Amino acid sequence: MSKSKTFIIFQDNADARPFIDAVEQDNPDISIDYQPGMVRFENEGELIIRRETVEEIIGREVDLQEIHVHLVSIGGNIEEDDDYIRLVWN
Amino acid sequence: MAVKKRLNMRKRYELLTRGLAWEPSYQPREKVFPYEDFEGIKITDWDKWEDPFRLTADSYWKYQAEKDKKLYAVMDSFAQNDGFLNVSDASYINALKIFIQGVSPLEYQAHRGFAHLARQFAGEGAQIACQMQSIDELRHIQTQIHTISNYNKYFTGMHDPFHMHDRVWYLSVPKSFMDDARTAGPFEFITSISFSFEYLLTNLLFVPFMSGAAHNGDMSTVTFGFSAQSDESRHMTLGLGIIKFLLEQHEDNVPIVQKWMDKHFWRSYRLLGIVSAMQDYMLTESPLSWKEGWKIYFEDNAGALFNDLSRYGIKMPKFHEVATAEADHLSHQVYSVFYAFSHAAGFQTTVPSAKKMDWLSEKYPDTFDKYYRPRWEMWAEMEKEGKRFFNGGLPLDCQVCQIPMVFTDVVNGNPMKPTHRVSEYKGDKYHTCSDGCRDIFENEPEKYVQALVPPQQIFQGNCGGETIPDVLNWYHFAADDGGEYHGSTDEKNWKKWHGEQSDSGSQEKA
Repeated sequence: MSKSKTFIIFQDNADARPFIDAVEQDNPDISIDYQPGMVRFENEGELIIRRETVEEIIGREVDLQEIHVHLVSIGGNIEEDDDYIRLVWN
Repeated sequence: MAVKKRLNMRKRYELLTRGLAWEPSYQPREKVFPYEDFEGIKITDWDKWEDPFRLTADSYWKYQAEKDKKLYAVMDSFAQNDGFLNVSDASYINALKIFIQGVSPLEYQAHRGFAHLARQFAGEGAQIACQMQSIDELRHIQTQIHTISNYNKYFTGMHDPFHMHDRVWYLSVPKSFMDDARTAGPFEFITSISFSFEYLLTNLLFVPFMSGAAHNGDMSTVTFGFSAQSDESRHMTLGLGIIKFLLEQHEDNVPIVQKWMDKHFWRSYRLLGIVSAMQDYMLTESPLSWKEGWKIYFEDNAGALFNDLSRYGIKMPKFHEVATAEADHLSHQVYSVFYAFSHAAGFQTTVPSAKKMDWLSEKYPDTFDKYYRPRWEMWAEMEKEGKRFFNGGLPLDCQVCQIPMVFTDVVNGNPMKPTHRVSEYKGDKYHTCSDGCRDIFENEPEKYVQALVPPQQIFQGNCGGETIPDVLNWYHFAADDGGEYHGSTDEKNWKKWHGEQSDSGSQEKA
Protein backbone atom coordinates (compact mmCIF):
# COMPACT_ATOMS: atom_id res chain seq x y z
CA MET A 1 0.00 0.00 0.00
CA SER A 2 1.31 3.45 -0.83
CA LYS A 3 2.15 5.72 2.04
CA SER A 4 -0.47 8.20 3.21
CA LYS A 5 0.09 11.74 2.01
CA THR A 6 0.58 14.66 4.37
CA PHE A 7 0.07 18.19 3.12
CA ILE A 8 0.48 21.82 4.12
CA ILE A 9 -0.86 24.94 2.42
CA PHE A 10 0.51 28.45 2.85
CA GLN A 11 -0.71 31.78 1.60
CA ASP A 12 1.39 32.78 -1.37
CA ASN A 13 2.77 36.09 -0.15
CA ALA A 14 6.05 37.69 0.88
CA ASP A 15 5.65 37.12 4.64
CA ALA A 16 5.04 33.42 4.10
CA ARG A 17 7.99 33.07 1.73
CA PRO A 18 10.63 31.96 4.31
CA PHE A 19 8.31 29.17 5.47
CA ILE A 20 7.56 28.14 1.89
CA ASP A 21 11.26 28.08 0.99
CA ALA A 22 12.14 26.18 4.17
CA VAL A 23 9.61 23.44 3.40
CA GLU A 24 11.02 23.16 -0.08
CA GLN A 25 14.59 22.89 1.24
CA ASP A 26 13.96 20.44 4.06
CA ASN A 27 11.72 18.02 2.19
CA PRO A 28 13.45 16.75 -0.93
CA ASP A 29 11.09 15.22 -3.52
CA ILE A 30 8.09 17.07 -2.10
CA SER A 31 5.41 17.97 -4.64
CA ILE A 32 4.57 21.67 -4.95
CA ASP A 33 1.37 23.00 -6.42
CA TYR A 34 0.86 26.74 -6.91
CA GLN A 35 -2.83 27.64 -7.04
CA PRO A 36 -4.14 31.23 -7.12
CA GLY A 37 -3.23 32.87 -3.80
CA MET A 38 -1.74 29.74 -2.24
CA VAL A 39 0.99 27.10 -2.35
CA ARG A 40 0.23 23.50 -1.56
CA PHE A 41 2.94 21.02 -0.57
CA GLU A 42 2.21 17.32 -0.49
CA ASN A 43 4.48 14.51 0.57
CA GLU A 44 4.33 10.76 0.78
CA GLY A 45 4.85 10.07 4.47
CA GLU A 46 6.01 12.90 6.73
CA LEU A 47 6.59 16.59 6.14
CA ILE A 48 8.86 18.77 8.27
CA ILE A 49 9.54 22.47 8.87
CA ARG A 50 12.77 23.25 10.76
CA ARG A 51 13.26 26.43 12.74
CA GLU A 52 16.93 26.61 11.83
CA THR A 53 16.16 26.66 8.11
CA VAL A 54 13.48 29.33 8.46
CA GLU A 55 15.86 31.46 10.58
CA GLU A 56 18.62 31.16 8.02
CA ILE A 57 16.33 32.33 5.25
CA ILE A 58 14.69 35.12 7.21
CA GLY A 59 17.88 36.33 8.93
CA ARG A 60 16.50 36.61 12.46
CA GLU A 61 15.27 34.48 15.33
CA VAL A 62 11.96 32.84 14.61
CA ASP A 63 9.26 31.34 16.76
CA LEU A 64 7.80 28.55 14.65
CA GLN A 65 4.34 29.43 15.89
CA GLU A 66 4.53 32.41 13.53
CA ILE A 67 3.39 29.81 11.04
CA HIS A 68 -0.19 30.39 12.22
CA VAL A 69 -0.23 33.74 10.44
CA HIS A 70 0.65 32.21 7.06
CA LEU A 71 -0.96 28.80 7.25
CA VAL A 72 -4.05 27.94 5.22
CA SER A 73 -4.47 24.25 5.96
CA ILE A 74 -2.77 20.99 6.90
CA GLY A 75 -3.31 17.27 6.55
CA GLY A 76 -1.75 14.86 9.05
CA ASN A 77 -1.11 14.59 12.77
CA ILE A 78 0.93 17.49 14.00
CA GLU A 79 4.02 17.22 16.19
CA GLU A 80 5.13 20.56 17.49
CA ASP A 81 8.40 21.39 19.20
CA ASP A 82 10.66 24.43 19.59
CA ASP A 83 12.86 23.31 16.72
CA TYR A 84 10.45 21.75 14.26
CA ILE A 85 6.89 21.15 13.22
CA ARG A 86 6.27 17.77 11.72
CA LEU A 87 3.20 16.38 9.97
CA VAL A 88 2.86 12.65 10.03
CA TRP A 89 0.36 9.80 9.71
CA ASN A 90 0.90 6.79 11.96
CA MET B 1 27.57 31.92 35.14
CA ALA B 2 25.64 29.68 32.86
CA VAL B 3 22.30 31.12 31.82
CA LYS B 4 19.74 28.43 32.22
CA LYS B 5 18.18 27.54 28.90
CA ARG B 6 14.47 28.18 28.86
CA LEU B 7 12.14 25.26 29.31
CA ASN B 8 11.21 23.31 26.26
CA MET B 9 7.87 23.86 24.63
CA ARG B 10 6.09 20.83 26.08
CA LYS B 11 7.11 21.66 29.65
CA ARG B 12 6.39 25.37 29.25
CA TYR B 13 3.01 24.64 27.80
CA GLU B 14 2.15 22.19 30.54
CA LEU B 15 3.01 24.70 33.26
CA LEU B 16 0.95 27.44 31.64
CA THR B 17 -2.14 25.41 30.86
CA ARG B 18 -2.49 22.64 33.43
CA GLY B 19 -3.54 22.57 37.05
CA LEU B 20 -5.81 25.58 36.62
CA ALA B 21 -9.02 23.80 37.48
CA TRP B 22 -10.33 22.50 40.78
CA GLU B 23 -12.51 19.73 42.10
CA PRO B 24 -15.92 21.11 43.04
CA SER B 25 -16.84 20.64 46.70
CA TYR B 26 -20.11 22.58 47.21
CA GLN B 27 -21.88 20.69 44.45
CA PRO B 28 -21.46 17.19 43.05
CA ARG B 29 -19.43 17.10 39.86
CA GLU B 30 -22.31 15.84 37.73
CA LYS B 31 -24.33 18.92 38.66
CA VAL B 32 -21.48 21.22 37.66
CA PHE B 33 -21.03 19.43 34.33
CA PRO B 34 -24.53 18.11 33.66
CA TYR B 35 -24.09 17.37 29.94
CA GLU B 36 -21.11 15.08 30.16
CA ASP B 37 -22.76 11.70 30.63
CA PHE B 38 -26.07 11.48 28.85
CA GLU B 39 -24.70 10.63 25.41
CA GLY B 40 -23.09 7.46 26.76
CA ILE B 41 -19.53 8.69 26.27
CA LYS B 42 -17.15 7.53 28.99
CA ILE B 43 -14.30 9.79 30.05
CA THR B 44 -11.96 8.22 32.57
CA ASP B 45 -9.20 10.83 32.64
CA TRP B 46 -9.41 14.35 31.19
CA ASP B 47 -5.69 14.82 31.91
CA LYS B 48 -4.91 12.51 29.01
CA TRP B 49 -6.13 15.32 26.75
CA GLU B 50 -3.32 16.52 24.49
CA ASP B 51 -3.49 19.80 22.64
CA PRO B 52 -2.27 19.36 19.12
CA PHE B 53 -1.02 22.93 18.79
CA ARG B 54 0.63 24.14 21.97
CA LEU B 55 -0.70 27.65 21.70
CA THR B 56 -0.90 29.59 24.96
CA ALA B 57 -3.32 32.47 25.41
CA ASP B 58 -0.66 35.18 24.99
CA SER B 59 0.56 33.70 21.69
CA TYR B 60 -3.01 33.17 20.59
CA TRP B 61 -3.87 36.86 20.98
CA LYS B 62 -0.62 37.94 19.39
CA TYR B 63 -1.04 35.88 16.22
CA GLN B 64 -4.76 36.53 15.89
CA ALA B 65 -4.09 40.27 16.14
CA GLU B 66 -1.49 39.95 13.41
CA LYS B 67 -3.90 38.06 11.18
CA ASP B 68 -6.53 40.73 11.66
CA LYS B 69 -4.12 43.58 10.95
CA LYS B 70 -3.16 42.00 7.67
CA LEU B 71 -6.75 41.29 6.75
CA TYR B 72 -8.07 44.76 7.59
CA ALA B 73 -5.24 46.38 5.62
CA VAL B 74 -6.38 44.43 2.57
CA MET B 75 -10.05 45.23 3.16
CA ASP B 76 -9.25 48.92 3.53
CA SER B 77 -7.22 49.07 0.40
CA PHE B 78 -9.87 47.09 -1.47
CA ALA B 79 -12.56 49.57 -0.45
CA GLN B 80 -10.36 52.60 -1.03
CA ASN B 81 -9.45 51.50 -4.55
CA ASP B 82 -12.92 50.39 -5.68
CA GLY B 83 -11.72 46.81 -5.74
CA PHE B 84 -15.24 45.58 -6.50
CA LEU B 85 -14.83 46.92 -10.05
CA ASN B 86 -11.97 44.54 -10.66
CA VAL B 87 -13.64 41.20 -9.99
CA SER B 88 -13.98 39.02 -13.08
CA ASP B 89 -17.72 39.61 -13.52
CA ALA B 90 -20.67 40.82 -11.46
CA SER B 91 -22.30 37.37 -11.75
CA TYR B 92 -19.46 36.09 -9.53
CA ILE B 93 -20.83 38.20 -6.65
CA ASN B 94 -23.78 35.79 -6.47
CA ALA B 95 -21.48 33.26 -4.82
CA LEU B 96 -20.69 35.82 -2.11
CA LYS B 97 -24.40 36.36 -1.51
CA ILE B 98 -24.80 32.67 -0.76
CA PHE B 99 -21.74 32.89 1.45
CA ILE B 100 -23.03 35.73 3.63
CA GLN B 101 -26.59 34.35 3.74
CA GLY B 102 -25.68 30.71 4.19
CA VAL B 103 -22.22 30.31 5.69
CA SER B 104 -21.57 33.37 7.87
CA PRO B 105 -24.55 32.77 10.19
CA LEU B 106 -23.13 29.28 10.78
CA GLU B 107 -19.94 30.88 12.05
CA TYR B 108 -21.98 32.72 14.64
CA GLN B 109 -23.75 29.53 15.70
CA ALA B 110 -20.40 27.77 15.91
CA HIS B 111 -19.22 30.58 18.20
CA ARG B 112 -22.21 29.94 20.46
CA GLY B 113 -21.71 26.19 20.33
CA PHE B 114 -18.06 26.27 21.32
CA ALA B 115 -18.73 28.76 24.10
CA HIS B 116 -21.20 26.19 25.46
CA LEU B 117 -18.60 23.43 25.21
CA ALA B 118 -15.93 25.56 26.88
CA ARG B 119 -18.24 25.72 29.88
CA GLN B 120 -19.54 22.16 29.81
CA PHE B 121 -16.45 20.04 29.20
CA ALA B 122 -14.87 19.14 32.53
CA GLY B 123 -11.29 18.95 31.21
CA GLU B 124 -9.31 22.20 31.27
CA GLY B 125 -7.34 21.44 28.09
CA ALA B 126 -10.58 20.92 26.18
CA GLN B 127 -12.10 24.02 27.80
CA ILE B 128 -9.28 26.24 26.59
CA ALA B 129 -9.29 24.81 23.08
CA CYS B 130 -13.06 25.37 22.84
CA GLN B 131 -12.75 28.88 24.25
CA MET B 132 -10.22 29.80 21.58
CA GLN B 133 -12.35 28.28 18.88
CA SER B 134 -15.38 30.15 20.13
CA ILE B 135 -13.47 33.43 19.80
CA ASP B 136 -12.17 32.39 16.36
CA GLU B 137 -15.70 31.81 15.11
CA LEU B 138 -16.75 35.23 16.32
CA ARG B 139 -13.78 36.68 14.45
CA HIS B 140 -14.90 34.85 11.32
CA ILE B 141 -18.43 36.21 11.34
CA GLN B 142 -17.15 39.72 12.07
CA THR B 143 -14.53 39.73 9.33
CA GLN B 144 -17.01 38.25 6.86
CA ILE B 145 -19.55 40.94 7.62
CA HIS B 146 -16.91 43.64 7.35
CA THR B 147 -15.59 42.32 4.04
CA ILE B 148 -18.93 41.70 2.42
CA SER B 149 -20.49 44.94 3.69
CA ASN B 150 -18.33 46.69 1.12
CA TYR B 151 -20.01 44.66 -1.64
CA ASN B 152 -23.39 45.33 -0.08
CA LYS B 153 -23.01 48.99 -1.09
CA TYR B 154 -22.96 48.04 -4.77
CA PHE B 155 -24.77 44.75 -5.25
CA THR B 156 -28.17 43.26 -4.38
CA GLY B 157 -29.07 40.44 -1.97
CA MET B 158 -26.68 41.07 0.93
CA HIS B 159 -28.67 43.48 3.06
CA ASP B 160 -30.23 41.21 5.70
CA PRO B 161 -28.46 37.85 5.85
CA PHE B 162 -29.42 36.84 9.41
CA HIS B 163 -33.10 37.47 8.85
CA MET B 164 -32.90 35.49 5.61
CA HIS B 165 -30.93 32.65 7.16
CA ASP B 166 -33.72 31.83 9.58
CA ARG B 167 -36.47 31.81 6.94
CA VAL B 168 -35.43 31.21 3.35
CA TRP B 169 -36.01 27.80 1.71
CA TYR B 170 -32.47 27.09 0.48
CA LEU B 171 -30.86 28.58 3.60
CA SER B 172 -32.64 25.96 5.67
CA VAL B 173 -29.99 23.59 4.27
CA PRO B 174 -27.11 25.15 6.25
CA LYS B 175 -29.39 26.23 9.09
CA SER B 176 -30.81 22.76 9.69
CA PHE B 177 -27.31 21.29 9.58
CA MET B 178 -26.09 23.56 12.36
CA ASP B 179 -29.33 23.29 14.35
CA ASP B 180 -28.93 19.52 14.23
CA ALA B 181 -25.45 19.76 15.76
CA ARG B 182 -26.41 22.50 18.24
CA THR B 183 -29.33 20.47 19.61
CA ALA B 184 -27.15 17.40 20.16
CA GLY B 185 -25.01 16.73 23.22
CA PRO B 186 -21.53 18.28 23.54
CA PHE B 187 -19.59 15.28 22.27
CA GLU B 188 -21.83 14.84 19.27
CA PHE B 189 -21.61 18.56 18.54
CA ILE B 190 -17.82 18.53 18.52
CA THR B 191 -17.73 15.34 16.42
CA SER B 192 -20.08 16.98 13.97
CA ILE B 193 -18.44 20.38 13.69
CA SER B 194 -14.77 19.81 14.49
CA PHE B 195 -14.33 16.41 12.97
CA SER B 196 -16.91 15.67 10.28
CA PHE B 197 -17.31 19.20 9.02
CA GLU B 198 -14.02 20.92 9.76
CA TYR B 199 -11.54 18.09 9.55
CA LEU B 200 -13.08 16.11 6.73
CA LEU B 201 -14.70 18.73 4.55
CA THR B 202 -14.01 22.36 5.37
CA ASN B 203 -10.97 22.44 3.08
CA LEU B 204 -13.38 22.09 0.19
CA LEU B 205 -15.04 25.35 1.12
CA PHE B 206 -12.13 27.46 2.28
CA VAL B 207 -9.32 26.30 0.03
CA PRO B 208 -10.41 25.79 -3.63
CA PHE B 209 -13.30 28.24 -3.40
CA MET B 210 -11.13 30.96 -1.84
CA SER B 211 -8.35 30.28 -4.28
CA GLY B 212 -11.08 30.72 -6.89
CA ALA B 213 -11.93 34.10 -5.34
CA ALA B 214 -8.28 35.12 -5.84
CA HIS B 215 -8.49 33.89 -9.41
CA ASN B 216 -11.55 36.08 -9.97
CA GLY B 217 -9.85 39.22 -8.71
CA ASP B 218 -11.60 39.22 -5.34
CA MET B 219 -8.62 39.85 -3.08
CA SER B 220 -10.85 40.87 -0.23
CA THR B 221 -12.70 37.55 -0.01
CA VAL B 222 -9.63 35.40 -0.52
CA THR B 223 -7.99 37.19 2.37
CA PHE B 224 -10.83 36.65 4.85
CA GLY B 225 -11.17 33.11 3.57
CA PHE B 226 -7.56 32.15 4.07
CA SER B 227 -7.42 34.07 7.33
CA ALA B 228 -10.38 32.03 8.59
CA GLN B 229 -8.90 28.82 7.26
CA SER B 230 -5.67 29.45 9.17
CA ASP B 231 -7.78 29.18 12.35
CA GLU B 232 -9.40 26.20 10.74
CA SER B 233 -6.04 24.38 10.79
CA ARG B 234 -6.16 24.64 14.55
CA HIS B 235 -9.81 23.55 14.58
CA MET B 236 -9.00 20.55 12.42
CA THR B 237 -6.32 19.45 14.84
CA LEU B 238 -8.84 19.89 17.65
CA GLY B 239 -11.28 17.70 15.70
CA LEU B 240 -8.73 14.97 15.27
CA GLY B 241 -7.51 15.40 18.85
CA ILE B 242 -10.98 15.00 20.38
CA ILE B 243 -11.75 11.95 18.26
CA LYS B 244 -8.55 10.20 19.32
CA PHE B 245 -9.11 11.22 22.91
CA LEU B 246 -12.63 9.73 22.92
CA LEU B 247 -11.48 6.55 21.21
CA GLU B 248 -8.61 6.10 23.66
CA GLN B 249 -10.67 6.86 26.76
CA HIS B 250 -12.98 3.85 26.54
CA GLU B 251 -13.76 1.15 24.00
CA ASP B 252 -17.49 1.72 24.54
CA ASN B 253 -17.01 5.11 22.90
CA VAL B 254 -15.98 3.58 19.57
CA PRO B 255 -19.41 2.56 18.20
CA ILE B 256 -20.99 5.83 19.41
CA VAL B 257 -18.32 7.92 17.72
CA GLN B 258 -18.53 5.85 14.53
CA LYS B 259 -22.26 6.45 14.35
CA TRP B 260 -21.80 10.21 14.79
CA MET B 261 -19.08 10.26 12.14
CA ASP B 262 -21.36 8.46 9.71
CA LYS B 263 -24.26 10.81 10.36
CA HIS B 264 -22.37 14.07 10.32
CA PHE B 265 -20.20 13.14 7.38
CA TRP B 266 -23.34 12.73 5.33
CA ARG B 267 -24.97 15.86 6.74
CA SER B 268 -21.82 17.91 6.00
CA TYR B 269 -21.45 16.41 2.55
CA ARG B 270 -25.02 17.28 1.60
CA LEU B 271 -24.50 20.83 2.85
CA LEU B 272 -21.40 21.12 0.69
CA GLY B 273 -23.55 20.35 -2.34
CA ILE B 274 -24.19 24.10 -2.31
CA VAL B 275 -20.45 24.74 -2.34
CA SER B 276 -20.05 22.43 -5.34
CA ALA B 277 -22.45 24.64 -7.30
CA MET B 278 -20.60 27.80 -6.19
CA GLN B 279 -17.28 26.24 -7.16
CA ASP B 280 -18.18 24.91 -10.60
CA TYR B 281 -20.87 27.33 -11.77
CA MET B 282 -20.76 30.60 -9.82
CA LEU B 283 -17.03 31.31 -10.02
CA THR B 284 -16.60 32.96 -13.41
CA GLU B 285 -13.22 31.29 -13.66
CA SER B 286 -12.66 28.15 -11.57
CA PRO B 287 -9.10 27.04 -10.95
CA LEU B 288 -10.18 23.64 -9.66
CA SER B 289 -13.38 21.67 -10.22
CA TRP B 290 -15.47 20.24 -7.40
CA LYS B 291 -14.45 16.78 -8.53
CA GLU B 292 -10.73 17.61 -8.42
CA GLY B 293 -11.14 19.17 -4.98
CA TRP B 294 -13.05 16.12 -3.77
CA LYS B 295 -10.22 13.85 -4.91
CA ILE B 296 -7.53 15.88 -3.13
CA TYR B 297 -9.33 16.95 0.01
CA PHE B 298 -11.64 14.04 0.61
CA GLU B 299 -10.46 10.90 -1.13
CA ASP B 300 -6.72 11.32 -0.49
CA ASN B 301 -6.85 13.17 2.80
CA ALA B 302 -9.69 11.23 4.42
CA GLY B 303 -8.20 8.00 3.11
CA ALA B 304 -5.00 8.78 5.02
CA LEU B 305 -6.95 9.82 8.08
CA PHE B 306 -9.12 6.72 8.29
CA ASN B 307 -6.09 4.57 7.66
CA ASP B 308 -4.68 6.22 10.77
CA LEU B 309 -7.90 5.69 12.77
CA SER B 310 -8.36 2.06 11.73
CA ARG B 311 -6.28 0.89 14.70
CA TYR B 312 -9.17 1.98 16.93
CA GLY B 313 -11.62 -0.03 14.83
CA ILE B 314 -12.97 3.08 13.09
CA LYS B 315 -14.11 2.72 9.48
CA MET B 316 -14.61 5.22 6.66
CA PRO B 317 -17.98 6.97 7.13
CA LYS B 318 -20.99 5.13 5.77
CA PHE B 319 -21.98 6.14 2.21
CA HIS B 320 -18.61 7.74 1.49
CA GLU B 321 -18.53 5.74 -1.76
CA VAL B 322 -21.86 7.29 -2.77
CA ALA B 323 -20.41 10.76 -2.21
CA THR B 324 -17.35 9.93 -4.28
CA ALA B 325 -19.47 8.51 -7.12
CA GLU B 326 -21.65 11.63 -7.03
CA ALA B 327 -18.65 13.93 -7.56
CA ASP B 328 -19.31 13.71 -11.30
CA HIS B 329 -22.90 14.92 -10.92
CA LEU B 330 -23.29 16.93 -7.74
CA SER B 331 -22.62 20.50 -8.86
CA HIS B 332 -24.71 20.08 -12.03
CA GLN B 333 -27.71 18.78 -10.12
CA VAL B 334 -27.57 21.38 -7.35
CA TYR B 335 -27.02 24.36 -9.65
CA SER B 336 -29.95 23.24 -11.80
CA VAL B 337 -32.18 23.58 -8.71
CA PHE B 338 -30.82 27.07 -8.09
CA TYR B 339 -31.41 27.94 -11.74
CA ALA B 340 -34.99 26.69 -11.76
CA PHE B 341 -35.96 28.37 -8.48
CA SER B 342 -33.88 31.54 -8.55
CA HIS B 343 -37.02 33.68 -8.94
CA ALA B 344 -37.49 32.84 -5.26
CA ALA B 345 -33.83 33.28 -4.26
CA GLY B 346 -31.67 36.08 -2.92
CA PHE B 347 -29.20 35.73 -5.77
CA GLN B 348 -29.36 35.46 -9.57
CA THR B 349 -28.45 32.58 -11.83
CA THR B 350 -27.91 32.18 -15.54
CA VAL B 351 -27.07 29.53 -18.11
CA PRO B 352 -23.30 28.98 -18.06
CA SER B 353 -21.41 30.74 -20.87
CA ALA B 354 -20.11 28.76 -23.84
CA LYS B 355 -16.62 29.01 -22.39
CA LYS B 356 -17.84 27.75 -19.02
CA MET B 357 -19.67 24.83 -20.63
CA ASP B 358 -16.50 23.82 -22.48
CA TRP B 359 -14.63 23.92 -19.19
CA LEU B 360 -17.33 21.74 -17.60
CA SER B 361 -17.07 19.27 -20.51
CA GLU B 362 -13.34 19.10 -20.00
CA LYS B 363 -13.57 18.61 -16.23
CA TYR B 364 -16.53 16.21 -16.37
CA PRO B 365 -15.88 14.21 -19.56
CA ASP B 366 -18.08 11.30 -18.47
CA THR B 367 -21.16 13.24 -17.49
CA PHE B 368 -21.47 16.85 -18.59
CA ASP B 369 -22.03 16.45 -22.32
CA LYS B 370 -24.16 13.36 -21.85
CA TYR B 371 -26.53 14.48 -19.10
CA TYR B 372 -26.26 18.18 -18.37
CA ARG B 373 -25.17 20.17 -21.44
CA PRO B 374 -28.35 19.30 -23.41
CA ARG B 375 -30.51 20.70 -20.64
CA TRP B 376 -28.48 23.92 -20.41
CA GLU B 377 -28.75 24.33 -24.18
CA MET B 378 -32.48 23.83 -24.02
CA TRP B 379 -32.78 26.40 -21.23
CA ALA B 380 -30.57 28.82 -23.21
CA GLU B 381 -32.88 28.37 -26.20
CA MET B 382 -35.94 29.04 -24.04
CA GLU B 383 -34.34 32.19 -22.67
CA LYS B 384 -33.62 33.40 -26.21
CA GLU B 385 -37.30 32.94 -27.06
CA GLY B 386 -38.22 35.04 -24.04
CA LYS B 387 -39.39 32.01 -22.04
CA ARG B 388 -36.69 31.83 -19.39
CA PHE B 389 -37.44 28.67 -17.40
CA PHE B 390 -38.53 29.00 -13.80
CA ASN B 391 -40.15 26.18 -11.91
CA GLY B 392 -43.54 27.55 -10.93
CA GLY B 393 -44.22 25.07 -8.14
CA LEU B 394 -42.65 24.46 -4.77
CA PRO B 395 -40.09 21.67 -4.46
CA LEU B 396 -40.41 18.64 -2.21
CA ASP B 397 -37.54 18.97 0.25
CA CYS B 398 -35.67 16.21 2.02
CA GLN B 399 -36.75 15.93 5.64
CA VAL B 400 -33.11 15.71 6.74
CA CYS B 401 -30.78 17.75 4.50
CA GLN B 402 -33.64 19.98 3.25
CA ILE B 403 -32.37 20.00 -0.33
CA PRO B 404 -35.09 19.48 -2.97
CA MET B 405 -35.27 15.90 -4.31
CA VAL B 406 -32.74 16.25 -7.07
CA PHE B 407 -30.26 13.46 -6.40
CA THR B 408 -30.07 10.30 -8.46
CA ASP B 409 -28.84 6.74 -8.18
CA VAL B 410 -25.34 7.47 -9.48
CA VAL B 411 -23.56 4.89 -7.37
CA ASN B 412 -25.50 2.04 -9.01
CA GLY B 413 -25.02 3.44 -12.50
CA ASN B 414 -28.53 4.94 -12.84
CA PRO B 415 -27.94 8.69 -12.97
CA MET B 416 -31.43 9.31 -14.38
CA LYS B 417 -33.22 7.53 -11.55
CA PRO B 418 -34.11 9.68 -8.50
CA THR B 419 -33.16 8.33 -5.06
CA HIS B 420 -36.26 9.74 -3.35
CA ARG B 421 -37.02 7.59 -0.28
CA VAL B 422 -40.11 7.42 1.93
CA SER B 423 -40.23 6.44 5.60
CA GLU B 424 -43.21 6.08 7.92
CA TYR B 425 -43.28 7.25 11.49
CA LYS B 426 -46.37 7.16 13.71
CA GLY B 427 -48.64 6.92 10.69
CA ASP B 428 -47.13 9.84 8.75
CA LYS B 429 -44.95 9.71 5.68
CA TYR B 430 -41.57 11.44 5.58
CA HIS B 431 -39.52 12.00 2.45
CA THR B 432 -35.74 11.88 2.14
CA CYS B 433 -33.42 12.43 -0.82
CA SER B 434 -31.15 9.43 -0.50
CA ASP B 435 -30.23 6.33 1.48
CA GLY B 436 -27.82 8.51 3.49
CA CYS B 437 -30.53 10.91 4.64
CA ARG B 438 -33.08 8.11 5.13
CA ASP B 439 -30.65 6.33 7.44
CA ILE B 440 -30.24 9.47 9.53
CA PHE B 441 -34.00 9.97 9.68
CA GLU B 442 -34.72 6.41 10.71
CA ASN B 443 -32.07 6.45 13.44
CA GLU B 444 -33.67 9.47 15.14
CA PRO B 445 -37.16 9.96 13.71
CA GLU B 446 -38.36 11.75 16.84
CA LYS B 447 -35.79 14.47 16.12
CA TYR B 448 -36.34 14.91 12.38
CA VAL B 449 -40.15 14.89 12.41
CA GLN B 450 -39.78 18.26 14.14
CA ALA B 451 -37.78 19.75 11.27
CA LEU B 452 -39.21 22.95 9.89
CA VAL B 453 -39.28 22.20 6.17
CA PRO B 454 -39.85 25.42 4.20
CA PRO B 455 -42.21 24.32 1.38
CA GLN B 456 -44.56 22.66 3.88
CA GLN B 457 -44.46 25.78 6.00
CA ILE B 458 -45.32 27.92 2.98
CA PHE B 459 -48.31 25.69 2.18
CA GLN B 460 -49.43 25.90 5.78
CA GLY B 461 -49.46 29.68 5.52
CA ASN B 462 -46.64 30.28 7.99
CA CYS B 463 -44.36 32.25 5.68
CA GLY B 464 -45.91 35.63 5.12
CA GLY B 465 -48.76 34.78 2.78
CA GLU B 466 -50.12 32.71 -0.06
CA THR B 467 -48.28 34.06 -3.08
CA ILE B 468 -44.62 34.02 -3.97
CA PRO B 469 -44.30 37.83 -3.61
CA ASP B 470 -45.77 37.56 -0.08
CA VAL B 471 -43.20 34.97 0.84
CA LEU B 472 -40.32 36.91 -0.70
CA ASN B 473 -41.41 39.97 1.18
CA TRP B 474 -41.39 37.95 4.40
CA TYR B 475 -37.84 36.85 3.53
CA HIS B 476 -36.88 40.56 3.19
CA PHE B 477 -35.94 39.97 -0.45
CA ALA B 478 -36.16 43.01 -2.70
CA ALA B 479 -37.75 42.70 -6.15
CA ASP B 480 -34.39 42.67 -7.94
CA ASP B 481 -32.56 40.26 -5.61
CA GLY B 482 -33.37 37.05 -7.46
CA GLY B 483 -34.22 35.74 -10.92
CA GLU B 484 -32.22 35.75 -14.12
CA TYR B 485 -28.83 37.46 -14.03
CA HIS B 486 -29.16 38.83 -17.57
CA GLY B 487 -31.06 42.07 -17.25
CA SER B 488 -30.69 42.19 -13.47
CA THR B 489 -29.88 45.37 -11.57
CA ASP B 490 -26.44 43.95 -10.83
CA GLU B 491 -25.68 43.36 -14.48
CA LYS B 492 -27.01 46.77 -15.53
CA ASN B 493 -24.88 48.52 -12.90
CA TRP B 494 -21.84 46.50 -13.81
CA LYS B 495 -22.15 47.51 -17.47
CA LYS B 496 -22.75 51.13 -16.56
CA TRP B 497 -19.69 51.27 -14.27
CA HIS B 498 -17.46 49.66 -16.83
CA GLY B 499 -18.84 51.67 -19.70
CA GLU B 500 -17.94 54.87 -17.84
CA GLN B 501 -14.62 53.42 -16.91
CA SER B 502 -13.61 52.49 -20.43
CA ASP B 503 -14.06 56.17 -21.41
CA SER B 504 -12.02 57.59 -18.57
CA GLY B 505 -9.69 55.39 -16.61
CA SER B 506 -9.30 51.92 -18.07
CA GLN B 507 -5.65 52.40 -18.98
CA GLU B 508 -4.58 53.13 -15.43
CA LYS B 509 -6.67 50.22 -14.18
CA ALA B 510 -4.93 47.80 -16.53
